[in-house]
Order: sequence, then structure tokens, then C-alpha cells
Amino acid sequence: MRRIGIDVGGTNTDAVLIEEGKVVRAVKAPTSEDVTTGILDSLKSLGSTGVLQGKKIDGVMIGTTHFINAVVQRRHLTRVAALRLGMPASASLPPFCDWPEGLAALVRGGVWMVEGGHEYDGRLFMPLDEAAVTRAAEEMKAAGLKSVGISAIFSPLDPGHERRAAELVAKVIPDAVITCSSDLGRIGLLERENAGLLNAALADLARDTIAAFEKAIADSGIAAPLFITQNDGTVAEASQARRLPVYSFASGATNSMRGAAYLSGLSDAMVIDVGGTTTDVGQLKHGFPREANSVVKVGGVRTLFRMPDLLSIGLGGGSHVQLASEQGPLKVGPVSVGYRLLREGIAFGGEQLTTTDIAIAAGVLELGDRKKVAHLDAATCKGVFAEAARMAEEAIDRMKTEAGDVPLIAVGGGAFLIPEKLPGVSRVIHVEHGDCANAVGAAIAQVSGECDQIFKDLSRAEALSAAQGIANDRAVAAGAARASLNTIESEDMPLAYLPGNSVRVRVRVVGDVAAA
Amino acid sequence: MALRDITLEDIESLAVGAWVLGTGGGGSPYLGLLNMRALYREGYRVQLMAPAELADEDWVGAVSNMGAPLVGQERLTDSRTIARAVALMEEHIGVRFRGIMSLEIGGGNSIQPLMAAAHLKRPVIDSDMMGRAYPEAQMTSVAVGDLKPCPLTTVDVRGLESVVESVPTWKWMERVSRKICVEYGSIASTCKAPRTGAEVKQWGIHGTTTKAIAIGAAVREAQRRHEDPIAAILAVEPGKVLYRGKVVDVERRATEGFLRGRTRFDGIDQFKGAAMEIAFQNEWIVAWLDGKPIAMSPDLICVLDSVSGEAVGTETIRYGQRVTVIALPPPPVFLSPKGLQHVGPRAFGYDIEFKSVFA
Repeated sequence: MRRIGIDVGGTNTDAVLIEEGKVVRAVKAPTSEDVTTGILDSLKSLGSTGVLQGKKIDGVMIGTTHFINAVVQRRHLTRVAALRLGMPASASLPPFCDWPEGLAALVRGGVWMVEGGHEYDGRLFMPLDEAAVTRAAEEMKAAGLKSVGISAIFSPLDPGHERRAAELVAKVIPDAVITCSSDLGRIGLLERENAGLLNAALADLARDTIAAFEKAIADSGIAAPLFITQNDGTVAEASQARRLPVYSFASGATNSMRGAAYLSGLSDAMVIDVGGTTTDVGQLKHGFPREANSVVKVGGVRTLFRMPDLLSIGLGGGSHVQLASEQGPLKVGPVSVGYRLLREGIAFGGEQLTTTDIAIAAGVLELGDRKKVAHLDAATCKGVFAEAARMAEEAIDRMKTEAGDVPLIAVGGGAFLIPEKLPGVSRVIHVEHGDCANAVGAAIAQVSGECDQIFKDLSRAEALSAAQGIANDRAVAAGAARASLNTIESEDMPLAYLPGNSVRVRVRVVGDVAAA
Repeated sequence: MALRDITLEDIESLAVGAWVLGTGGGGSPYLGLLNMRALYREGYRVQLMAPAELADEDWVGAVSNMGAPLVGQERLTDSRTIARAVALMEEHIGVRFRGIMSLEIGGGNSIQPLMAAAHLKRPVIDSDMMGRAYPEAQMTSVAVGDLKPCPLTTVDVRGLESVVESVPTWKWMERVSRKICVEYGSIASTCKAPRTGAEVKQWGIHGTTTKAIAIGAAVREAQRRHEDPIAAILAVEPGKVLYRGKVVDVERRATEGFLRGRTRFDGIDQFKGAAMEIAFQNEWIVAWLDGKPIAMSPDLICVLDSVSGEAVGTETIRYGQRVTVIALPPPPVFLSPKGLQHVGPRAFGYDIEFKSVFA
């Protein structure tokens, strides 16, 4: 197995080549405005020693923050027609009702609400008003809208109405790009619908970006299928990623964690990814990041779908350091010099004291001009490291799900801030290629399937097994080899106030990418 | 007659404060808040009326949303449905309500009367029947007062409307109305048994909307100023800090339609080394410190995020959260022997003699 993993970040595009489980080569290139050039540069750099010569590459896996940045920066968004099936319920809270007004003004192409949807127990809430769906589609067409987000009440339990409505819309607008909220799946109409609308808003960008990825790979002369990494540490084929770009929102952080697991050989551990400005802490379970179970805001929009559960704190290699003085106690972060470190850090001739300067003064890092930081004595450095360690310790403890000491893998360019010993941590592991953990994580990604559904009047074991079957089928549909499937998450939550022993079950499985 | 305008800022604060008074349950007020934002944008306004201003012979409608919180996340609260439940009651008994009040100030039901009041152009009465959140219909001040439990109207947005005309006890009302609610899809807007002005004045728990707004405003102001929100709450409410700690274990199970379980905490700061355990039935019911019961219903046990000051619910609390546990004083109506029969620790299956944190 020979794969290339690429992480297209805001600053750098990292690329690694993995062969038979080993990192053969890892490189960094600046990210380019057009995406293609940066990827092409990093692929050229990766191949410059001849490691790719005459070799068959099994896959190129790309992770990118492109889609989430588009939402946060409100650029490259497509106007969306929102179609909700659930009247007469929920009418006072229409689609886009809790979006920040600026973003809504950009994305809201129109809102249509018609009768349809289901009850929690699978009964019809209202029959689908097919004539009204067709009328809505004709109005969308007249308004020139081609990207459509469809949501229905309790569609994660029964997606039938959303699917039927999608067919009806496609009849009227044959080139429509349609997102059904049930494909993004969790219970919580507004949050699921929001995720669907964001996804629909990314339709054009996803098409263009993935075309740019494909072009970069073709131009580089590598003949390999393209996969896009997703929030949960798995990949989707390019065609599916084009359809569901929101699933790639948080893939950068996830890839770092997956890479950390791979490079360390541990599958259950805490991971701390220390960058220039922020530190992400997450928990690996069976080699995958634990997922957030609650609402996640993206660009000010409440959403609820597969995202890694991460805690970000303002600590990094570029963090401002304010030494203890009459003005106040020692303070590290949250402000950072970011990518200006090599200009503004004291060791580099600048005027801002940063954590990197402290590490240089303490002899931990060999960078810049050590003489410029000679005035920082050992006690000062020790104090700053202790404060960074305290911040890390608290973040790690908050992200744990149970008491007891756990191993910690430290990755990222600022990993030098993490000491060899921390309370609550059994051991701290620093790994080779840790600064390219994100690209490594991309290279090793697998395929997943998920089921999140309410089951009634089944025993717990029966409900779990039914959910397992659904998750397996979805993973295979997403490109996994059935024989390689492995359950990595399985939880059940009894539901208050619902009759008949209702239980909500969530199961997630992963498997290797099936051979083409 | 003095009516006070409720501003949208007040409602934003109400949503935060009512969640604190929800003592772990009551459902999130978020969707109710979204409805009120939309109504205020369209020009609707709501006013608040002190219960003392009611004439004895006035009639008041008491409202609440009933059902499974999970269903409420899909079939979203619509302000018109609760207004319809009130209008249906007026048609049924042939009176015009002077004002509308909440059954339950804790959680999402705090906002239901505002939605009905906006549409029906009636004031909200600054009073409720729990002073917090509780899981069952007989856990109210009016049930303690043996007031009539009926009639009751239930409305489903599809035009399904029912009246429970007569039941002998509050327990029967709970059973019959719950059945209707399940048939509707486990969600219903309800108008409870109408109350006279005299009954509200005697049995209502007064000033709770104002209290929830004050608590929420204190928390939000502290958040803006990056000050301690817990201290801000205690500056407006005569509460006591019971504990600071972090969650180390959560055990949940659903039985008889309720979410029951226990949460364990390890102490931090001055509570280092002390262990707390709190049992819940939808809401926080009994708290033990090192094995000794130190707070219990009807005292309000509020588990708050130590940093944001916002309430942490029994459905969502999880390992590692840093929390401060405070107690707020209970409504006096629940402190009588009859009151304790309805909502004391034994009503929840704990064989503990009630002792208030504030005794």
C-alpha cells in the first residue's frame, strides 16, 4: 500500500508519502491562492528525490480547511433554496431563522415550507404535499436557484419524504444540486437543516475545489484516485465529498489526531496538537477522535453533525508572553504573533516576547539568535514552561471522559511546550514527523458509516444490532470493503417521556477503502 | 394599573435565568427565545403584571408545553399553538382571561406564556406554580393547595384539539393528559385548569419571571465584563455555594418516562478532597457531600458551569465539566407538611427527612 497524504492548511500545504506503513518522505510548501499550485508544488517537492519514480500510488488523500474557511470568511458561497417538509409544524421558525443576518443575506435564495414529515415513532406527521413541492421547484427555477437544501421533520428516522421531494425538484430543475438533511443526519431539525443549508451553500466551491485537486494530481503525473478526508478521520471518494463538503469541515484537526495515533502506534490516548496560535486537545478512541455530541457553531450557525470533540485554547509557539510584574502575574497567550513569528519574536530581531523565545533561551529549540534572548534567566523560562504546562494540563483534564492517567501524544510545531511529565498523564509521547501529523492522518484515512436512530420495543441488543446493520450498509455504500469493517463507536441513550422503551442508538463503523 | 414592558433584552435574560431555575431540567428555552425574537421583530410586545394587581374575580390562564424534549427538537415550538390552547380554554369556559401565567418558570416553559400573551394581547402574570422545574403535574403549588385540576386543553398544530373536562385528582390529570400527548406525537401545547385572581394571589409563586430575568441579566452582565457569574447570581439571589468541583461520573437510565440517574463530582479549590453526588429525576433532587445529604428538593439545586455561569442540564452534563453547585431558597408553599408530601425527598423515593440549606 502506497499513499500520498496532503493537508492544505491556511499557511502551508504539507505532503507525505507512506509506503507499507512507513513515512518515506514529508515536505511543506506554501499554500497558494488557487490551491492547485500549492498542491502541485508540494507534490513536486515530495517527488524531487525520485521516491515516486515508476511507482504505483494507491491513493491521494487530501484534507483541507477550504470549506470551513469559506463559511467563516463568507466567500465563494452559493445562494440556496430552502425547502422544508413539515408544515403545519415549526412554521414560526423557518429555515435560516437563527443564522447571523449577514450570512443569511448572502445564502438565503428563498424559503419554501410544505406539508410532510414523520413522527418520532415512524408514523406520518403529514402526507407529503407533492403538488406544493413541484410548485416550489418551479418558483426556485424562476428565481434561478440551482442549489437546494431539503429538510423534513424526523428525516433521520425516515428519509422517504426528503428523497421523494428531491426527485420532484430534479424533475423541474434537472441540473439542481440537492442536499437532503437526512444525509447529514442527527436529530434536531434546526441544526440538521442548518448543516444541510451550509452544505448546499458550498455546492459551487466544492465542485471547483475538487476539480482543482483533480487537476493538480493529473498535472503532477500521478495516476491515482483522489479521496477527501472528513471530520471523523475517514475519507470519502471525490464524488461524495463534492456532494457533502460539510463533512470535511474539521478534517485538519482530525487528521492531526489520526496522524498522532498512527505515528505513535497508540489507538487510545489523548492528543495535544500545539500550533502557532492555538492548541487543540482531543481524545483518541480506537484510533479515531471522539465526536462532539452537542451543538457546534460554524461561522455563527448552530449545527449538529459529525465533528471531532476538540477543546481549543490560546496556547502555541507564537503565544505572547507577559512576564510577572507590577502590572500583573505571568500570562501566556491567548494572543499570538502567528505566522509573523520569524519577524516579531525577540530571537528573530522583533520586540514581542513569545513562547518560542523562551524555548530558545532555555536551549530547548535551536532557532533564531540565542544571544538576543540571553537576558531571560533559567527561573524565568521555568516559570513560563510551568504556566504552559498548567494550561495544557487543565485542557487535557477537561477533555478526558474518565478518571485515571492516560498517555498523551504531543504533535504540531509547538509541541516543545509540552513537558515530559504532566499530572493526570501516564506518559508524554513525542513522535518523529509530528509536525506533519495532519498529512500523515490524511494518508492513512479509512471509510466510515453511521446510524443514529430511535428504536422502539426492541431489546437493547436487538436495537444495537439493527443499528449496526444500517451503519455497515452505509459504510459499504461510501466505498468501504465489507470484510474490513470494524465498530468504533456504539452508544445507546434511553429517552425520557417517550412510551414503549424507546432508545436512541448511535453506531459508527469504519473499514479500509475497497479495491477499485 | 401598572404594567411593565418586557424588552427583548429581558427575554434574552429570561432564557438564561429560567435555565438556572430549571435545576437541571425543564428543557432548553432556546426555541422559545427564537420565537420571541421573531415576534418582537414583527412588532409584537409583551407586558408584565404583578399578581397583586389581579382582582379576585379575574380569570388567569396557566400554560405549559408538554411532551418529550427530543420531539420538541424536531417539531419546533410555534408561538401560535400555545396561544390557541389559551383561546380554546376561553371558548370552552366562556371567560376572558385577564392575564396568562406559566405553570413552570424553570426551563422552556418560562417563555410559553410570553408567546401566548404576544398573540392574545394580554399581560403575563409575574407568577408561576413551581418556582423551578418539576417532572409531574401534582408537583405544583396549586396541587398542594388542592385546587381543581380541570379542565385542561391540549392543542396540536395540525388542528387536533382536546379538552379534559373532569378528573378527580391531579394524578389522574397527569395520566389522561399524558395519553393524549403521546397520541399527538409526544408533544402538546396545554392550557391548565383556569385560576381565579384570588387563587393566583393565594397559591401562585410570585415574582418568578422577574427573578429569572434578574438572574439571567446578572449572568450575562458578568460574562460581558469577564467577572465571576456565580458571584453575580448570589448578588441578586439569597443563594449559597454548596460546592465547586468537576464531574467524574454520570449514570443515566430512563424509567417510567423519566430520566433518572446520579452524577458524581470531585472537589476543587476549597472543596478539594470532598466528594459530591447528586441524584436526578429530570431535575436535580438530592445532593450528598461525602455521603451526607446536604441539599434536597424543594430547595433548588443548581449545577452551573463555573466559567460561563450557565446552567448544566441532567441530559447533557458530562465528565470533566467544571461546575459550581449552588442552592436557592424554595418557594415557602412547598415547606408545609402537605407541600413536602408532593415535592419533598420522599416524593422522589428518598427516605430522607427534609432539611433546608436555608433552615
